[in-house]
Amino acid sequence: MPSPKLRVATTSLAGCFGCHMSLLDIDERLSSLVELVEFDASPLTDLKTPVACDVGLIEGGLCNAENVRTLLLFRRECKVLVAVGACAITGGLPAQRNALDVRDCLESVYLTGVGLEGGTIPRDRELPLLLEKVHPIHDVVNVDYSLPGCPPSADAFWAFFEDIAAGRAPRLGHGLIRYD
Amino acid sequence: MTTDRRTFTLDGHDIPFDEGQSVLDAALAAGLFIPFLCHKPGYEAHGSCRVCMVRVGGRWQASCTTPAAAGLEVESTVEDLVAMRREIVQFLFTEGNHFCPSCEASGNCTLQAVGYELGVTTPHYPPFSPTRPLDASHPEMLLDLNRCILCELCVRASANVDKKSVFALSGRGPTKHLVVSAESGRLADTSFSADDAAAHVCPVGVFLPRGQGFRTPLGARKFDVEPLRVAALRRAGGT
Amino acid sequence: MTEDLATIVARHRHDPRRLVEILHDVTEAYGFVPKDIITELASMLAVPRGHVEGVVGFYAFFSDEPRGAYRVLFSDGTTDRMGGSIALLERMRASFGLQGEETSRDGRLSVGTTSCTGLCDQGPALLVNGHAIGGLDSARLGDVMALIRAEAPLAAWPRELFAVRSNIRRRDLLLATAITPGDAVSAAARRGRDDTLAEVARSGLRGRGGAGFSTGAKWGACAEAPHEPRYVVCNADEGEPGTFKDRDLLADHLDLVLEGMTVAAFAVAARHGFLYVRAEYRFLFAHIANALAARRAAGLLGPNACGIRGFSFDIELRRGAGAYVCGEESALLESLEGRRGIPRNRPPFPVTHGYDQRPTVVNNVETFMAAALVARDGASVLRDLGTRTSSGTKILSVAGDVERPGVYELPFGVTVQRVLDEAGASRVQAVQVSGPAGTLLSARELDRTIAFDDVPSAGAFTVFDDRRDLLAIIEHHSRFFAHESCGFCTPCRVGTTLVARTMGRIASGHAARRDLVDVARVARVMAKTSHCGLGLMAGNPVLQGIEKFRPVFDARLRPDDALPTFDLDASLDKSRDVTGRDDSEAHFTEEVRP
Repeated sequence: MPSPKLRVATTSLAGCFGCHMSLLDIDERLSSLVELVEFDASPLTDLKTPVACDVGLIEGGLCNAENVRTLLLFRRECKVLVAVGACAITGGLPAQRNALDVRDCLESVYLTGVGLEGGTIPRDRELPLLLEKVHPIHDVVNVDYSLPGCPPSADAFWAFFEDIAAGRAPRLGHGLIRYD
Repeated sequence: MTTDRRTFTLDGHDIPFDEGQSVLDAALAAGLFIPFLCHKPGYEAHGSCRVCMVRVGGRWQASCTTPAAAGLEVESTVEDLVAMRREIVQFLFTEGNHFCPSCEASGNCTLQAVGYELGVTTPHYPPFSPTRPLDASHPEMLLDLNRCILCELCVRASANVDKKSVFALSGRGPTKHLVVSAESGRLADTSFSADDAAAHVCPVGVFLPRGQGFRTPLGARKFDVEPLRVAALRRAGGT
Repeated sequence: MTEDLATIVARHRHDPRRLVEILHDVTEAYGFVPKDIITELASMLAVPRGHVEGVVGFYAFFSDEPRGAYRVLFSDGTTDRMGGSIALLERMRASFGLQGEETSRDGRLSVGTTSCTGLCDQGPALLVNGHAIGGLDSARLGDVMALIRAEAPLAAWPRELFAVRSNIRRRDLLLATAITPGDAVSAAARRGRDDTLAEVARSGLRGRGGAGFSTGAKWGACAEAPHEPRYVVCNADEGEPGTFKDRDLLADHLDLVLEGMTVAAFAVAARHGFLYVRAEYRFLFAHIANALAARRAAGLLGPNACGIRGFSFDIELRRGAGAYVCGEESALLESLEGRRGIPRNRPPFPVTHGYDQRPTVVNNVETFMAAALVARDGASVLRDLGTRTSSGTKILSVAGDVERPGVYELPFGVTVQRVLDEAGASRVQAVQVSGPAGTLLSARELDRTIAFDDVPSAGAFTVFDDRRDLLAIIEHHSRFFAHESCGFCTPCRVGTTLVARTMGRIASGHAARRDLVDVARVARVMAKTSHCGLGLMAGNPVLQGIEKFRPVFDARLRPDDALPTFDLDASLDKSRDVTGRDDSEAHFTEEVRP
């Protein structure tokens, strides 16, 4: 009897979806992948809310309140949580704003920037508030594994899934760990 | 040439050494790799990065500052030692602002290469996210202190090789930082030149030549082509 | 009247090795070390500007930024805090409208903290422009604030404010034996160099700074090292939070210290000595200078010292500048040579390559005192006291939750309980022996003994009763190491800050199991891989705390696997403020606990 498929959820927080693109780059191995896993909440399924998953893949760091809430939800619903890509692991590109004051950022973008007149800073409750600094996801939750890279290569994704489907602790071999 | 060269053991292998040679240099010359960051063959051993830690007769020591001696029993490739080295590399990534994807030095960076060698996939600890300056005053070179790992190689190169002492360290502990030896603090107000040894010794991406970004594409750079271990052993072996 | 830089530099003979002294004088003259003065000074000393800037930046007592005309630094020692120093500091800042480390707008005042100033038995304490004021309470702080408000020059402040009293409570061999200056050196001369070295070795004397290296072996190695000249250095940089015994030894028993240094100089054939005293003990400097002058006048120092033909030896007083790491002997030597206090790589060791790369004996204040007695009275004077591996006596600085804080001399081998009884302690929760770098003892271990092979001590002995928050103390000790790390090696530079921050979250109840695992791991990395003793010991408070007081940690940890490492809701403060939002989406509530 075939073992039940792994339920996998994915999301992109303060990321660019490049990691998701790289996941799709496993090309023809996608057909093998769907033998191993079943996608729950993910941009691939357009489902928003993960429920009782085996694995959660988090792309992107924490830039705003919504990112934090999504991350906490994923942590609650996923047995294994994986930081995917430079932004989830270090804050990445969005964290380049950490040397600036968030108040100055907002004021400069909406009030004082060149060509702006009579602007206002949006205050709709639908819009998530910015955190003072951009954080890697391990600043808020426990992270079980990290897949570094900008993005991690398709081979790295594939190696990860092979390991986890076989019940092994994922371990990236030489050449699969890259930070750029 | 003495015929009966004395030896010590490294993980059980006999390593011959010359008088005055460190455990690290002797190991590299014998084709056994120990990772390191603040050391540069030909420079006086520094002992600050602590990546080259080994155990000598049960005592933890930096192999770069430990003189080789006959009969030493040195452990290096042991899981608890490797785990400590991994921690130290994680500490360095935690301390500075290392955003590899946009760094011109990515692929040529020894910190990164040591991370690959040791299997580091995350800094793990809450980042310090320090605010560090970028000095764009010099016509030939940018100084981006976000990546500085305080190994002092540029300080030593400028003082001992270039005889200019353009760089120094100030502060201490968490406030320790590289300073440029000028009242303005600007690189342009020193005798620094892009031809200096100090300009080419940085193991990370602090020194960036202007006007020539990303000439070699990512993926085709030094440690993309040749892992650190291979490069270091080739250099030490003189081939 | 501001003293001219050229005058200062000339007084120090344009010697770059005297840079720390020069910077003290510059600070005295200008209130700080202005950037243009750094440039000028570098040029006068013919050293790179970055070198001078780096030394200014290393020592806590120097700054290249202007500070208040009154620079008030509250002593941030363990016992100062226990005595309420933080409330006093906050009261003073509030009273002058100051926030944090800033200087008042009129440039009159800056208020900050500094590491333990060694008035643990008469704290809380502060330094005003480097001058210590102890015994702070609400009334005394009120007096200080009134004087600052009235802009009274420091010289016009009541002398009584600056009184530091010696506080020796129990005397044994070193503190009860009278000695006529010169007697020990004369005895050594009669015995001869080799026999003096042998006698010191036979006495079993071990360094009182904590590490316990054989003094005889150290002197012997220095005497045999081929290079000249040789040096003798007295390490009076006691900076371990909780220790203050050297303060009283230098105040009341200085002649015996100088006698011991002279004996060492005779034994190893040194011509020059340094007495390196922490700058916090400024109130001792005039006394020390007078004592040195008196010994010169009496022929005990200088050419043919103590009447020994061909034996020339003199001692120079040198000041530290607010750097705990300079208590490490090779860092101290770097400081003496006018550099940042970075511990050196070893080998070579100071006995062969010390000050100026010449053979150097570096010993603790108390070690020299004991050596003087050995020289005069023979090895048995120590051998007859203490234990087999720890001969003689130990002088302890007892403070914290005790009725009679002060300096106690007791034979080695004494139990911790006996010390507690001497000083009067009850409801003991823990005893920190030898400061944060030493041993944290629980109430179950009070039968252990003060000895090199049981609980060694460099001098501190700080008692916490069961009302104290041990986690706050461990956090404080961890912050001390982060502040004092020299920053040379990675594990200590980064690890001390990681430990301090994590302990902060644990002590304040914002931590989970993951944090305990992490903090212990970081502490172990420091303990295995650091460059010097500071880093190797910096994990002790955490590691020993977890080992001996695990229930205290567990009770403070939240039951989660992991918690955010920063305050999520506070991290929205600025965004809330700038958008004016206060709706439920603009806050994190209990949901932050996964």
